[in-house]
Amino acid sequence: MDSLMSYFSSLNPLNLLNSMPGAIAQGIIWGIMALGVYITFRILDVADLSVDGTFATGGAVTVMLRLAGMPIWSCLLIAVLAGVIAGVITGFLHTKLGIPAILAGILTQLGLYSINLSIMDMSANKSFNYGETGLYVTLGKIPQSIIVAAIFAAAIVILLYWYFGTEQGSALRATGSNHSMSSAQGINISTMKVIGLALSNGIVALSGGLFAQYQGNADVNMGRGAIVIGLAAVIIGEVLGMAFLGKRLNFVGKLVFVIVGGIVYYIVLSIVLWLKLDSNFLKLFSAIIVAIFLAIPYLKSQSKNSFKKAKKKGEKQDA
Amino acid sequence: MLKVNNIEKTFNPGTINEKKALDGVSLHLNPGDFVTIIGGNGAGKSTLMNAITGVWPVDNGSIILDGTNVTGMPEYKRAKYIGRVFQDPMMGTAPDMQIIENLALAYRRGKKRTLSWGITKKERELYHEKLKILGLGLEDRMTSKVGLLSGGQRQALTLLMASLQSPKLLLLDEHTAALDPTTAAKVLEISEEIISENNLTAMMITHNMHDAIAHGNRLIMMNEGKIIYDVQGEEKKNLTKADLMAKFAEIAGHQVESDKMLLS
Repeated sequence: MDSLMSYFSSLNPLNLLNSMPGAIAQGIIWGIMALGVYITFRILDVADLSVDGTFATGGAVTVMLRLAGMPIWSCLLIAVLAGVIAGVITGFLHTKLGIPAILAGILTQLGLYSINLSIMDMSANKSFNYGETGLYVTLGKIPQSIIVAAIFAAAIVILLYWYFGTEQGSALRATGSNHSMSSAQGINISTMKVIGLALSNGIVALSGGLFAQYQGNADVNMGRGAIVIGLAAVIIGEVLGMAFLGKRLNFVGKLVFVIVGGIVYYIVLSIVLWLKLDSNFLKLFSAIIVAIFLAIPYLKSQSKNSFKKAKKKGEKQDA
Repeated sequence: MLKVNNIEKTFNPGTINEKKALDGVSLHLNPGDFVTIIGGNGAGKSTLMNAITGVWPVDNGSIILDGTNVTGMPEYKRAKYIGRVFQDPMMGTAPDMQIIENLALAYRRGKKRTLSWGITKKERELYHEKLKILGLGLEDRMTSKVGLLSGGQRQALTLLMASLQSPKLLLLDEHTAALDPTTAAKVLEISEEIISENNLTAMMITHNMHDAIAHGNRLIMMNEGKIIYDVQGEEKKNLTKADLMAKFAEIAGHQVESDKMLLS
């Protein structure tokens, strides 16, 4: 009892409050990553696991090119290109070699581990130069980082809204919705899948490049579990979006709520850390948070539509 | 308009499940022909349509559509020339997209999909007019998701989509089979209207002998991957259900006999 009291008294609400800006900044950056996941998981209806690799690729390319003296915008641009190439490779494995999408993504992810190491001169971790001042986002300037990350997120939301309204973007959505209809309407579904995977992984690599800047280094393991965080953000965003907007939730709203989902995920995570739970269990907590949010929509529909309930009602009427 | 020359297709060749689905089918259609196709299950009716649309390549033979040899073209390229309505109402439309978005996708069939806006204002008016003709009230809910529509509404929409860019060939694959009788009749009526209005060349698979006789100017019967009966013009007009039943029985009789021989 005493130990419990001392545990609670050791929890300082101020600490939690202080950790919030950092959680928001990280949440937005990972939310951008989740927009990439949204494209494959929700629009293209493909589970693409390449992203764990491409996230780290984005970080590695950004850090190494910056160390080579390139302006930071061009580092990010090339990081995006690297992500696009990785996405095309997954698409190639899937559409041209007939490998199931989920396995194609895993193969790309695995291969990228070695490639990411070689990008970083065979070291597992590379930091920006000491005293680096040109970064867009950084732990040292969290308020500024939040604003910059939000601008990036807004730009990508607008870009995606535009793209998926175009003829080609509509064809991509149709591909995810119904293969036989798309083919019958003259859409090359293989090409569309490759485009979708390329777009998705480009955005994920951008997010990786931003995150490397934020934490000051790129790590070969920085993308581990990225797909789970991405899915978490997508699903938390959907649950919240439906709760707040219901049927008025349009496409832009869905995209914005993916970012919101990323932020909420990191806020929950910082609460977990604030509760002084062992940080070695962070991945387990992540998995549990995602499992909970994945289960909510299902359990909610079950509570309205279950055999248990039918049984109760049936017995009542029978009596 | 359509020349199918001696096409063959075997599924699962070299395995225990080997099946010769098309066994040297030849068929020539003139512009404006409306052919109804009947035949038992596994006769090769749908397989013939899949061969024409290019769901997979044929093993032998050639397919020439309005002078273009399409034998080597994949489905998405042939789609430029062919409109198709499937048996399953779920297959012809994208459920997660709006009615108007589905129409816009169909309006661009056979054209390059660019980065210009997916639906223009002018199109909206066109779609409103076209939907009005269906008489299903869909013109008032153009931004509804197609997944919310009933099977009959989806088939009617698919028909409209198939004919939006006047196809050289319209293929109807038992497209009323999954609908209730009233809806089926309505969809069939719409099909007839669209075909005659746009003067389309069309093929329609049906299990309903009455429909097969009442519609179109030509009728073919298939069995075991072959066309075994082909009537047109006056002869087709004078065809009765009894004639077709007799024809069916004749084939079925042969099969029974050969089965008997096999067993004895």
